[in-house]
Amino acid sequence: MKKLIACSAIVGLLAGCVQPIPPEALQFQPDNLENRQLQSRKYDIKSEKELLSASNNVLQDMGFNLDESNMPLGVIVASKSRDATEAGQVAGAMFMAFMFGANAASYDKVQKIRASLVTKPASSNNPIAVDVKTKSGKQIKFDQQVPVANSYIVRVTFQRLVWNQKGVMTKIEGINDPEIYQEFFDKLSKSVFLQAQNVN
Amino acid sequence: MKERVLDSSADGQTSVQLRNIQTRSFDTSDKAKTMRTIIATLQDLGFVVDKADLDLGTVSATKLNGYALRMTVSVRPSESGKAMIVRANAQYNTTPVNDPKPYQDFFVSLQKSLFLTANNVD
Repeated sequence: MKKLIACSAIVGLLAGCVQPIPPEALQFQPDNLENRQLQSRKYDIKSEKELLSASNNVLQDMGFNLDESNMPLGVIVASKSRDATEAGQVAGAMFMAFMFGANAASYDKVQKIRASLVTKPASSNNPIAVDVKTKSGKQIKFDQQVPVANSYIVRVTFQRLVWNQKGVMTKIEGINDPEIYQEFFDKLSKSVFLQAQNVN
Repeated sequence: MKERVLDSSADGQTSVQLRNIQTRSFDTSDKAKTMRTIIATLQDLGFVVDKADLDLGTVSATKLNGYALRMTVSVRPSESGKAMIVRANAQYNTTPVNDPKPYQDFFVSLQKSLFLTANNVD
């Protein structure tokens, strides 16, 4: 958490102090839905608790450490620190150092990867159409979702924070690479299967 | 330092004004459902959940997109018990968000997911 605060401070400095919040930061964007699909998967499993436990196992398989969890809300937050060096970038930095002195060189050194995983009961494809009049006389129509037994949705999101070799933050970003999510869910499918079979 | 710790001189805004901006009430008595919807809405908006606590009724989440936007949303039942009072506060990098617009955007997104209207709290 200290790191997070420190990085927000650094980001603040990078961005300048009076930078206003981007108008689209809290608005629904078309790519929000795309990301939701990318980051979500439905699983048939007995209980939400089992799904969370299977998910936790997969995160541990990937070397994540648990930061936070709340079973009643279906939330798991985990993170890990990893090397962030890439050969090409280091070569570039060496070139810069050679040309302009050691201070000009910068390459990514360390990254913190965060995963937050949320489960929720899945709803059926046949919602109940509700058409009601409120006390104030307003007509409201909406589809009431019907939960399905033994079916839950997992949504996982990854983020990363990257620091260069001088300890200065260089990147803060969400990870939206479809392959990463695909592989995560494949592993989770296996874990859910093993959980159902009671195999460790 | 005192102004920074207490955020006491936030553009002459009083804490009552700030609360009005940051708070809405929703006609539901289901705290868990409200919180799950808040989490789903935050995820839709690109946030990653940092912490969630059903008993305390709080969710904290961070959006990293070249900037760091951190939000804490709290949920508590109203006095009548028939509504949930939802309060959100946000910080953008190192500054508090005191502008009403981002909060309006957030509550519009939230009410769409809750299928309920966000009412102003007096």
